[in-house]
Amino acid sequence: MTKVPPKQEGDPNTTGHSWDGIEEFDNPMPRWWLWCFYLTIIWGVGYTIAYPAWPLVSSATSGLLGYSTRGEVAEEIAAVEVANEGINMRLASVELTEIANDAELNSYATSAGAAVYRTWCTQCHGSGAAGFVGYPNLLDDDWLWGGDIENIHATISHGIRNEDDDDARYSEMPAFGDILEPEEITSVVNYVMDLSGATPLDASQVSAGAEVYLDNCSACHGEEGLGDRDQGAPNLADAIWLYGGDYDTLMETVTYSRYGVMPPWTQRLSEAEIRAVSVYVHQLGGGE
Amino acid sequence: MSDQTTPPSLYAAREPIFPRRVSGPFRNFKWIVLIVTLGIYYVVPWIRWDRGPDLPNQAVLLDLANRRFYFFWIDIWSHEFYFVAGLLIMAGLGLFLFTSALGRVWCGYACPQTVWTDLFILVERWIEGDRNARLRLHRQEKMDARKLRLRLTKWTVWLFIAVATGGAWVFYFADAPTLLVDLFTGQAAAVAYITVAILTATTFVFGGFAREQICIYACPWPRIQGAMMDEDTLTVAYRPWRGEPRKHSEEVKAGEPMGDCIDCMACVNVCPVGIDIRDGQQMECITCALCIDACDDVMAKIGKPRGLIDYLALSDEKLERAGNPPRPVWKHIFRPRTLIYTALWGGVGVALLVALFIRADIEVTVAPVRNPTFVTMSDGSIRNTYDIRLRNKNNEERLFRIAVQGDPAVRIQLEGTPYGSVSVGADASHLQRVYVIAPPNSAPAEGDHTDLRFWIEDLTNGDRAYKDSNFTGKGTNQ
Repeated sequence: MTKVPPKQEGDPNTTGHSWDGIEEFDNPMPRWWLWCFYLTIIWGVGYTIAYPAWPLVSSATSGLLGYSTRGEVAEEIAAVEVANEGINMRLASVELTEIANDAELNSYATSAGAAVYRTWCTQCHGSGAAGFVGYPNLLDDDWLWGGDIENIHATISHGIRNEDDDDARYSEMPAFGDILEPEEITSVVNYVMDLSGATPLDASQVSAGAEVYLDNCSACHGEEGLGDRDQGAPNLADAIWLYGGDYDTLMETVTYSRYGVMPPWTQRLSEAEIRAVSVYVHQLGGGE
Repeated sequence: MSDQTTPPSLYAAREPIFPRRVSGPFRNFKWIVLIVTLGIYYVVPWIRWDRGPDLPNQAVLLDLANRRFYFFWIDIWSHEFYFVAGLLIMAGLGLFLFTSALGRVWCGYACPQTVWTDLFILVERWIEGDRNARLRLHRQEKMDARKLRLRLTKWTVWLFIAVATGGAWVFYFADAPTLLVDLFTGQAAAVAYITVAILTATTFVFGGFAREQICIYACPWPRIQGAMMDEDTLTVAYRPWRGEPRKHSEEVKAGEPMGDCIDCMACVNVCPVGIDIRDGQQMECITCALCIDACDDVMAKIGKPRGLIDYLALSDEKLERAGNPPRPVWKHIFRPRTLIYTALWGGVGVALLVALFIRADIEVTVAPVRNPTFVTMSDGSIRNTYDIRLRNKNNEERLFRIAVQGDPAVRIQLEGTPYGSVSVGADASHLQRVYVIAPPNSAPAEGDHTDLRFWIEDLTNGDRAYKDSNFTGKGTNQ
């Protein structure tokens, strides 16, 4: 056992704790230190009264000052909107093709367009704009209705095959199951596979399919299968398929046809927002 | 529990300390340290450094807005912050080294709290006189014209020093001459004024009023130092075997030999933290060694050798009590512990220097776009997208050529330009989107992953840098 040193006169009290014979003096605190401590307590109480603090069952106390982080965010958003008013007006009024030549406008439109895209477009076209089956990939160089800024702007503004906008781009492929005989459909599918560079399922039907094609399909898709952007008819001779280029998918497409719809965005977005997202989509890597 | 009957007070009022003026080698050294450290602090932001056009010409500048840290010829980007981390590690190891060898020398000489407190006490002494005069003034309860004048003068000078201190700090973060004008014309940023205000307040309060209270109650270092020191550490201590029994002491009996200590209280009167070093080693002691100067002075006057209070190590006590001289200083300083600290400190320093000299003037990072991993083009070719960030650390604009090496079939295309090169401004970075295209049915297009290497060439001097990445083909995703 360690020898405890004798207590000397003038020594303060101890805390009463003893570890291996070592005791702790119960020295008084410095006065300024205590005052700081009391002030923090007063501050803490005042803070919980003035600001939201105490969690309740479904919310928290709101505080006397009425502060809320959401309110602060709303204020910040409103401030940003006011600050962007000028450039948004400029964006909405300038010639579409001129936006790319104006560095400031272009950079603003790209960033703003990315935000619009992430909010409204990712649901169908994907967050990376690569699309899904039936929803076009916006990164490649294939455009059903044209890939220059003006065509992209028109498509986004009015949408495709929707009934809400009279200016919507519209075309409809007939369901050839009601028009052609089953063997004619089989042969034309083999022809289209050959046309696109794929290996047809039955090469012997290609020449028969070519005749069926010329009679029924070339009016929209062109004699060489290159498509027609005026009516959104896909190019059948390239490597890109919206719904898939295998035999079964093509059989389904020809028999029942396809009918992809895109909503008109003029009803939800401002002209500046539509132009911004047009610029964004145009610069994704496939813009013409 | 204690056997004392009166309950202790909850708080203790601060006992004001009025250190007496002292002179001697340690005091002189302390003056030198004060002048050098304050000189560095106030002067450094004003040193100019020509970095060429468009770059700041301030030798030391922490440009937070542009994320650049300029130290003379060294230019640190934010992603190279490990240099600063390394310097902080060196500072920490240096502190360990000095503490294990010499105790709290940092506290006694170089700590800002000590330096500014010393400066404030100097001002106090000039205005109100030395210890006895200041004590008289303190005890004079009536605030007459003289006391008021002295106090106001002192506080004004303190405030001036405090403003200058806070003011000097912000000059490290912006162009000093411009900021000085802006500060006086009211055009500087709010953060500059706020910083100056906070540092002015803390300097004024800490240096003028809190003083040793900061060292004793607020600073963690006194608590840590115990782990850094051992019995071989040289610290300021009193030689009781030589000094006791002291004169004026009731322990001195007639005819008994007396110690060298004449109980003149000189060592207590000069102490800036208000302790009596003769009570032994204490947490409060900042080892400023002013008591050594004071005691040596007295020893000289009474014709005794110096060193009653001295830098000494606990391990020498037995030797000295037996009448032998202490071990030489170098034996205390060169110990495994200090040698290890020195080696670590030097190791970090060398590593930093090596890193500094081998870092390139151009840097490149390649981030493949993974959403989607590849895009099929209408002709059947497969395209991958990469975001390449080029960093040009040269003081002039440079043209960089980007090339891809790997499968000969792939070709590269830079977004926004038909050329294979881009220009990057002086001391700037540039994000370039790059497409790599593999023709239909080629190995990279059909495969899973193909290794690629991006080469960046500085067309001015031919410097090259590369980054490895890979190309994702249709592979298993087909």
